[in-house]
Amino acid sequence: MRMPMRNWASAGEPWVWLNAAAVTASLVMVFGLLGLIAVKGLAHFWPHDILEADYVAGSVQQVIMGEFVESEEVPAGQLTTAGVSVPDGVEFMQRDLLKIGNRDVGGFDFRWMLDADLKNKRYPKDAIAIERREWGNFYGYLVSVMEDGRVIAEGELAWNVLQERLQRALGLHDQIYKIEKNEIGSVNYTIERMRLKERGYELDGSYTAEKQAEIAAIRSEQETIYKSLQESLIDLYTQANRDSIKVRTAQGQEITLPLEKIVRVFRPNAMSLSAKLSFYGEKLWEFVADDPREANTEGGIFPAIYGTVLMVVIMSILVTPMGVVAAIYLREYAHQGAMTRIIRIAVNNLAGVPSIVYGVFGLGFFIYFVGSGIDQAMFPEALPSPTFGTPGLMWASITLALLTLPVVIVATEEGLSRIPRTMREGSLALGATKAETLWRVIIPMASPAIMTGVILAIARAAGEVAPLMLVGVVKLAPSLPLDGNYPFLHLDQKFMHLGFHIYDVGFQSPNVEAARPLVYATSLLLVLVIALLNMSAVSIRNRLREKYKALEM
Amino acid sequence: MHQTIEKTKPDLDLESPQILKYRKIRVLKDKAARISIGMGGISVIIAIMLIFFYLLYEVAPLFKSAHVEQIAEFNVPAADKGETLFLAVEEQVEKAMRVTSQGYLVFFNTVDGEVVLQERLPVPEGVTVTSLAEASPSSRILVAGLSNGHAIVFKHSYKSTYPNDVRVITPYVEFPVGKELIELVGGKSLRQMAVRSTDSALYIAALAEDDHVYTAYFVKEEDFLTGGVVLERESAEAPYFEGRAQKVLIDPTLSWMYLLLNEKEMLIYDLRDKAKPVFNGKVQLSGKDSKVTDIAFLLGGASLLVGDSAGKVSQWFMVRDDENVYQLTKVRSFEHTADAVVTIAPEERRKGFVVVDAAGNLSIYNATANRNLLNMSLPDISVSHLTVAPRANNALLQSTNNTILVFAIENEHPEVSWAALWQKVWYEGYEGPDYIWQSSAATNDFEPKYSLMPLVFGTLKAAFYAMLIATPLAIGGALYTAYFMAPALRKKVKPAIELMEALPTVILGFLAGLFFAPFMEANLPGVFTILILMPVGVLLFGFAWANSPASVRHLIPEGWSPILLVPVVLLIGWGSFAISPGVEALFFGGDMRSWITSELGLDFDQRNALVVGAAMGFAVIPTIFSITEDAIFSVPKHLSYGSLALGATQWQTMMRVILPTASPGIFSAVMIGMGRAVGETMIVLMATGNTPIMDVNIFEGMRTLSANIAVEMPESEVGSTHFRILFLAAFVLFIFTFIVNTCAEYVRQRLRNKYSVI
Repeated sequence: MRMPMRNWASAGEPWVWLNAAAVTASLVMVFGLLGLIAVKGLAHFWPHDILEADYVAGSVQQVIMGEFVESEEVPAGQLTTAGVSVPDGVEFMQRDLLKIGNRDVGGFDFRWMLDADLKNKRYPKDAIAIERREWGNFYGYLVSVMEDGRVIAEGELAWNVLQERLQRALGLHDQIYKIEKNEIGSVNYTIERMRLKERGYELDGSYTAEKQAEIAAIRSEQETIYKSLQESLIDLYTQANRDSIKVRTAQGQEITLPLEKIVRVFRPNAMSLSAKLSFYGEKLWEFVADDPREANTEGGIFPAIYGTVLMVVIMSILVTPMGVVAAIYLREYAHQGAMTRIIRIAVNNLAGVPSIVYGVFGLGFFIYFVGSGIDQAMFPEALPSPTFGTPGLMWASITLALLTLPVVIVATEEGLSRIPRTMREGSLALGATKAETLWRVIIPMASPAIMTGVILAIARAAGEVAPLMLVGVVKLAPSLPLDGNYPFLHLDQKFMHLGFHIYDVGFQSPNVEAARPLVYATSLLLVLVIALLNMSAVSIRNRLREKYKALEM
Repeated sequence: MHQTIEKTKPDLDLESPQILKYRKIRVLKDKAARISIGMGGISVIIAIMLIFFYLLYEVAPLFKSAHVEQIAEFNVPAADKGETLFLAVEEQVEKAMRVTSQGYLVFFNTVDGEVVLQERLPVPEGVTVTSLAEASPSSRILVAGLSNGHAIVFKHSYKSTYPNDVRVITPYVEFPVGKELIELVGGKSLRQMAVRSTDSALYIAALAEDDHVYTAYFVKEEDFLTGGVVLERESAEAPYFEGRAQKVLIDPTLSWMYLLLNEKEMLIYDLRDKAKPVFNGKVQLSGKDSKVTDIAFLLGGASLLVGDSAGKVSQWFMVRDDENVYQLTKVRSFEHTADAVVTIAPEERRKGFVVVDAAGNLSIYNATANRNLLNMSLPDISVSHLTVAPRANNALLQSTNNTILVFAIENEHPEVSWAALWQKVWYEGYEGPDYIWQSSAATNDFEPKYSLMPLVFGTLKAAFYAMLIATPLAIGGALYTAYFMAPALRKKVKPAIELMEALPTVILGFLAGLFFAPFMEANLPGVFTILILMPVGVLLFGFAWANSPASVRHLIPEGWSPILLVPVVLLIGWGSFAISPGVEALFFGGDMRSWITSELGLDFDQRNALVVGAAMGFAVIPTIFSITEDAIFSVPKHLSYGSLALGATQWQTMMRVILPTASPGIFSAVMIGMGRAVGETMIVLMATGNTPIMDVNIFEGMRTLSANIAVEMPESEVGSTHFRILFLAAFVLFIFTFIVNTCAEYVRQRLRNKYSVI
């Protein structure tokens, strides 16, 4: 059956199709975006093959080695204006971005090159990639392994010797890290605490000889510990400095790298698929579980994950009772008049107030007003350096709690309003007091709605960055806000946050090109964290719903 | 059953002491719960309402006027050392100084006028000081013109020491260029002086009793041996003029010399070639019936403040015209009382000044904001000298009956006025009034530019482009999902689109800034071809589908067409970008970006409004979609059934019955989406260049209120004007979104009531 265009159009079908296309476009955008993040983020950890080629452009001729990153089609016109000679009749040329690494040798570690200039492409099996603690990746060839400057292995032998020695160096590095970060950190923390205690005693004039002796004893004890730690550190450092390797760049320059500066050495071109997979897993684990390196552009993002989750947990502990109490008051106790209606609309609208406004409020009211008041009253010994009068974990959590409070209130109220009157009346008729009715009947029945509110609050809080930039996140926090030092939870400390990490590494980083894959990976992780928080809360909600199903009408 | 109960009637005493006690506890618990929930609930609600009041509390001081209080009064100290020529006070307002006609510098306490130090300038006996001028208030360098035609440069300085933790300020006199007298003209008394000292030069000009101007120009050189400054006198011709001059002034960059002639006109000389001043022009400063009574430089020395006998104060500065010629231009005037201006004292660190008139009225102004902060009359006093303390928190004045009065001034935020925030302001160095946001700069004499207009404009621009992209997609999608879509698909599609809402905006911003912006720049034609090809392609496909054989059509049931369209949309999307380079080569000479710049004359930023619109549109779509969908879905079904039964097509039913009924809901969805777009921070922060420009050009960036807060808040000094203006920006955002949301909420409530009637 053939349908004439006229009929088709007059029935309004074109519009229906366009509306359908709007749905499709939205869906494609959502999943395309998630796919983009996933692909770009996950590809970062794969050991890419190392390409070697002869770069010939005009009179310049050199050997180039690096990882292929991406390529683009460039119109010939643009190239001609840039002063590149283009063969006649060619409209587009392919341009490749290579990660050539070796920043200490060449100065920069990414390079755009015309694909046509790359001749004789090859993937040598013995090309190595070295992840270093400084200067980014190294690409080249292994020449020899050295111990105290003496060559102990060369050629093909060197690879196996290097693997062994690298394990040892990494072990030493772990020990050094443990001492420097945890043990010396703990000593420093105790000494700082003693200083504050001393200052506190001096301020209130109760610095007796007894207390002096006590503090001096702790101090000297800590100093002894420090000395012994220092000695073992020196010992470890001399051990770690023993080995080094000599490597050669593709251009033939030889450099020596101490093993203690190396994180990982691998030969991607010689790796089998299973080796690559295990390497991938290892890198993924490093990303999730390790500290960042090189101005956040390499290594892991563990402190950011930790900070985000901790902040969200504290926020939900704060927001849940506050929101539920406010909602119960509004729905069950307050007189249902015009005033309550106005308050309800106002609370509802607060959910739409820009988050940055909450950040401004948090900074002005909590930090500068309440925080400095707390400092004056409770931490005079630390002044003039502020304790709570500066952005920190507690203020960030409270600010976000305030930000998400309307969400919880609105959701809880909605849940309460859905409970039929008969439930309340039945309970009251059986002789229960209002409080008992509330506690035994209403709240359990409303708990799925409360959970929904908390879920929404958490989802919003975990992804919110703008207010946090004012009230507590930093690009690099020296220690975790929850650690082994008394009082364990450091509410006054600044913390790292996944969302801010994305902003900071993506936009404030000195080496954006190198950091970009990491930002994609972080984004993916943030999406996953939010999805996980959401889904766990949804499953809690469903279980509660199941549990109280019998009560629902 | 009945009988068994009778038989085993429990031994239940409801009034036993335990039960009574238990009941009491329960009642108590109930009361406790009532009170604690009441208190808790109210305090939580108060806590959220606090935001509003706290923002207001931080903003309020901006609009407070100044307050002045007299704190001391005493006789002129060391009155026997001659008349006061100059009055100054140091930073802490503990010590003040007057320079007398006999050549004495008298330092005294500001509390009681007790003299702490007297020192005579190294001038010969019998020679008196006839005039005095200050280089700039912050340099504290003065020049004294002498009765013998010579001049001497000196500096009053203060040293703070803390013996026994008490601050002691000791004044002393310095001679930065040596104690030697500088000869300007032999034997003629110098009536009026001007001096400027820069790092490399010293320039002195004097009006002698013969009405001529005499100048001295020195180049400063560092002495390699001692490290001191050596002056090298260079030739500098003085401008020649006819008539009687009252005042000579030099601007701090040593570019212009101003001469007040006949108490009415200003002669301006270009001093850039010191050896040969060039006449620039003559400007009438005051009206016919009035004459100029005092002239002072505003902070930075770019602007002149002119007070006249009619009680008017006006601000003038050199404005460059189209032909690159500078001309002294009247920029604004400050209405004063009708009495003649006696003296104008500029503030040292702000673009503000204090004026005293012949009737003893003291007024405080801010130049940039054109704001009169205070008018106060000083009873029975006629003032001869006035000086403002460096921090502008005190003023010292000397009356003609030889007393000195000290005033405390409370004037924290003079830079803000309605006009400064929302109207065009003519800033120093600009060719005309303009809207500018520039809150800080490296120099001390910087004029802060606090116009919120570029930020509000940027906010609305970003929101506009976002809505332009989001509204059709979201509403179209919602129409289809709520009305045409198969229920099974709807159950999946709705949560999927709402999932977008949970996506953190920082991720959208990052993708927009680092992925989409460069991608769009490289494939600019593709972005536009997709806008044309997508609808066309979809319609063609729809038509083809309608004409395809029934066996094919029945493969996909009614209401699943979005799934059917997925490959179509992907193909068109891919195709648009695939042909993008071809289109670029064909129509735009191979480079659309430069085509836009050269052919359309539009500036192009990589991170522009289009990128922001797309990214923020993405963030807003789920909000609008979800509310619109709800509104349409909850239109009672019998309405559409009735319409369809009468023979209307689906689309007619949609347009004529459902849409009008749901339109308030859609309106409220758009409003709420708009509120979200206005307040969004991270996307605009990351996807725009954050330059506060006012231009509707889609290819340029903008700075929004929210991004501005995020960028500047961490660096602003607590309690400063800038800090409070950022609070004001937050307050504006708060009020705007609150009003928009309230409107939307109100409309939605009305709609709900309407449905319940239908």
